[in-house]
Amino acid sequence: MGPVSPLLETVNLEKWFGGLRAVHSVDFRLERGEIRAIIGPNGAGKTTFVSMICGRIPPTSGRVIFKGREITRVPAHARVGLGIAYTFQLVSIFRNLTVYENVALAVQRRLVRHSLDAIKDNPRALTAEVEGALAEVEFSPPDDRPAGTLAHGHQRLLEVAMALALHPELLILDEPTQGLAPEEIAGLGALIRRITGNVTVLLIEHNMEVVLGLSQRVTVMNWGDIIAEGTPQEIEANPEVQRVYLGQ
Amino acid sequence: MTVRVQSGEGAALAHANRLVWGVHLAVAALLLLLQFVLPPFHHGMLARIMVLASYAIGYNLLLGYTGLMSLGHAMFFAAGMYGTGLTVYYLGFGALPAIVTGLLASIAVALVIGWITLRTTGVSFLIVTMMFAQAFFLATLYFNRITGGDQGLVLAGRLPPLHLGPLTLNLAQPGVKYNVALVVFTACVLLGLWLVRSPAGRVLVAIRENEERARLIGYNTFHYKWLTLTISGAVSGLAGSTYTLLFSYLGSSFASILYSIYPLLWTLVGGVGTIIGPLVGATMMTYVVDITSGYTTAYLIVVGAALVILIMRFPQGIMGAVRARWPQWVP
Repeated sequence: MGPVSPLLETVNLEKWFGGLRAVHSVDFRLERGEIRAIIGPNGAGKTTFVSMICGRIPPTSGRVIFKGREITRVPAHARVGLGIAYTFQLVSIFRNLTVYENVALAVQRRLVRHSLDAIKDNPRALTAEVEGALAEVEFSPPDDRPAGTLAHGHQRLLEVAMALALHPELLILDEPTQGLAPEEIAGLGALIRRITGNVTVLLIEHNMEVVLGLSQRVTVMNWGDIIAEGTPQEIEANPEVQRVYLGQ
Repeated sequence: MTVRVQSGEGAALAHANRLVWGVHLAVAALLLLLQFVLPPFHHGMLARIMVLASYAIGYNLLLGYTGLMSLGHAMFFAAGMYGTGLTVYYLGFGALPAIVTGLLASIAVALVIGWITLRTTGVSFLIVTMMFAQAFFLATLYFNRITGGDQGLVLAGRLPPLHLGPLTLNLAQPGVKYNVALVVFTACVLLGLWLVRSPAGRVLVAIRENEERARLIGYNTFHYKWLTLTISGAVSGLAGSTYTLLFSYLGSSFASILYSIYPLLWTLVGGVGTIIGPLVGATMMTYVVDITSGYTTAYLIVVGAALVILIMRFPQGIMGAVRARWPQWVP
């Protein structure tokens, strides 16, 4: 056998918005089971880069390879079926639906994929799965209020629960700690550590404490390029990273 | 997507589920009983209202459950009407095969139009559907040697009686008209209810609420919208098909923009995203027009005033206001 293929690979991935080159020919590899952080100043192309991985926006050129299979032309909804889940930088949930319905939509997507009978014969399977997904993130919804009325931290947790209910192999979190209180950040960090093993996590993050505490490797982007990659300690010590990002 | 699932937790929701079906069947039962107490004049009125309400139910499946506002549904209504009426007029089809050709015609139109127009949303979708419907309307005028244009065609005397087992039904009889309209209406209510309470219905609401999120938890939103537009077009076509059979007439006016606006109006008055809202809206509007036009030729002023008051008092429509009080009852 040759070398084991990485979970995710991008080759010369590039994105232009009109005359602006947001992502510049990025080669990137992500191994199974990793927690990888992507850092970089605002406008570095981080969100654009992961959006091309989850299929939310199409690349201008280059390739995305997931589990050894090219998925560059696979639409976003089908990538979810392959095992890629994404949470938005700005929380995106179904604000007028209850917490239950929000999670049920994610669970249903997976149950329908595997077996129609799972929900046809036993509607309680859906309920059990929803409760399981909420228990996994340690969130018990207060009541049947619309999800949009929940506190921001709870909405974020709900979005993560929806992503996990899809049973992804790759979970992409776009600035998950944004707007969270310190204890909520600690809770989310613990949750991410708990789920790795089954799930590979790709994380865009500004909070350096979270990045250093969680990730095994860090990728630094600036002006659409990857300028450095390494362990958190190597990144902290990298003079170029310090110049463009850490501001030291 | 053909499975049905109870949402929610345990017995309480199973109970609510039964309640929802019960309430809708009760409406159908009420309409069944009304024919024994109402004077004959209202039979014709209610038969017409039930057919038009079926049309609005079809319309509301798209507007209320995926959030897409069309101004071109007259095209689907008229496709059903012409698919049925022309085959009766020229080919001597009976009622049942004529309904099937009407349904097939509206499904074919909805599939093609949906495939093209669903690339747009919001105002663009409204405009594009309206343009296609106008093209369809103009085509019915252009081919007036076949369609009869705005003069239309009269089917009276051409439709053979409908044989159902031992029953022989003459669709020109008021009693038969009423009950055929009731059967079609009930079928549309049950189909609508089944769709919106199925797992697919849950996805439709998700698309209405946040399409990008729905796409990124793995749903092919285009397919769901296409499916819904096709079902919506088929229900509208069934209504058009039934209309032409019961009232023995088909004409271009039913393909005009007015007939695209009507179901929107009935739905908004009755309650967007409720199954029986369209019935309430169609009944109210038809009777308000009928009653006020008996008193004054300026009845449209009264109708307009009634609409303004309704929208101000009940911005979610009548059934929307009811649902706000009994959330589980009215899907």
